[in-house]
Amino acid sequence: MTDQKHFVEIRHAQKAFGTLEVLKDISLNVERGQIVAIIGPSGSGKSTLLRAINDLDPLTGGEIILDGVQVNKTLPHRQYEKHINEMRQQIGMVFQHFNLFPHMTARENVTMAPKMLKGLSKEEADALAVEQLDKVGMLERIDYYPSRLSGGQKQRVAIARALAMKPKLMLFDEATSALDPELVDEVNQVMKKLAEEHMTMIIVTHEMDFAASVCDRVLFMDKGVVVEEGPPEVVFRNPTQERTREFLRKHLAGAK
Amino acid sequence: MGLDFSVVPQYLDIILLGCAWTIGITVAAAILSFFGGIVFAVIALYAPWIIRQPFRLIAWVFMSTPLLLQLFLIYFGLVQIGIDLPAFIAGIIGLGLHFAVYNSELIQTAILSVDKGQMEAARTVGLSRSQALRKVVIPQAVRAVIPPIGNNMIALLKDSALVSVIGVSELTLSAQRVIGRTYRPFEFYLVAAAFYYVINLGMEWVLRKIERRISISR
Repeated sequence: MTDQKHFVEIRHAQKAFGTLEVLKDISLNVERGQIVAIIGPSGSGKSTLLRAINDLDPLTGGEIILDGVQVNKTLPHRQYEKHINEMRQQIGMVFQHFNLFPHMTARENVTMAPKMLKGLSKEEADALAVEQLDKVGMLERIDYYPSRLSGGQKQRVAIARALAMKPKLMLFDEATSALDPELVDEVNQVMKKLAEEHMTMIIVTHEMDFAASVCDRVLFMDKGVVVEEGPPEVVFRNPTQERTREFLRKHLAGAK
Repeated sequence: MGLDFSVVPQYLDIILLGCAWTIGITVAAAILSFFGGIVFAVIALYAPWIIRQPFRLIAWVFMSTPLLLQLFLIYFGLVQIGIDLPAFIAGIIGLGLHFAVYNSELIQTAILSVDKGQMEAARTVGLSRSQALRKVVIPQAVRAVIPPIGNNMIALLKDSALVSVIGVSELTLSAQRVIGRTYRPFEFYLVAAAFYYVINLGMEWVLRKIERRISISR
């Protein structure tokens, strides 16, 4: 049904709240294993775009396609629910405020969905928890509740939780914005590790240095449109658009 | 004629049996009101309009009419339409549903105040809305309202005395029966009060245990 050539395709994405247009005809392709950073001022629509990819904020127009399957298909309600739940299992998401389940240990946070949705046995689930929490360096805290973890540790567990569903695509919505500065690096290290494993990632971030160091491509968004797009060395060093330059000037001067 | 507690020991077995009934009915009704409260809260918040609206009406009736009247309706009223319940079952149902409505109000508020990121996180790993409610939102909501639910349970214990009027030989009715034989109302009502107090202490102890166990796991 789709003449798809790219791993992730966003075609003419539009989102409006009443008369307020948050996304105005955005198209974006991401190849398998690529890492794309979305930057831009707050209110530019970058988080909305990210949240549209797994239909947390449904688009009002346009298509999202992952690996040949349209995510935001038009289907009768029940069928759509089933479809979207299956799609979401393939799309991991990491939030600014972690959203760990506070009544579950790190292990339970990681294994809850795989146990429920993939019918893992207790042994399989435990092995999975060990594998994923080890990957994010949180194995020694496997039986801790989130309340006893630092922000950086919580975010690493949240990444492990998303990875446990073996997603094809990972979305990061300002994953380090809520962290104390000294905790940012441990989360960035985990994301770098995922990059080395060729995980396809779309990252909304304020961390220009990080975006420059791991991303294949950078999108600068403002007022619901993609103003500029290209490899990080071009967007960061030689932006062609005045709005990009202004943003980078403020942002690079403002931070650090 | 002053107070004379020397008659108490020979009737203690009747009083203790009454205590057992009070505890049994209270525990059963508490469990019913707890799980009923969760079910009612989910219906009130998420059921389709056609179920939700009549349900709200019923909940409103339960909250705005006397529990005593509700017990009469369940025990004496239902017989007329062929539902003949044993008195203690009628008592458990009446108390349980009455307090389920109160618990439901608490749980509804708590469900609505669970951070919306919790539902989002659960949905992004692929859970359906009902799975997310069951595994993520409701457990957190219920934990948050365990203390006020505990207060309702204490109230339930005290209101369990009302089932004496439909003939369940719980603590209050047992005391009355003993008084009927001994003509010693002051002594035996005081004894009953003392036993209620002790049961109350026990219940508070159990509730504290539950609260503590739950607060560790947050």
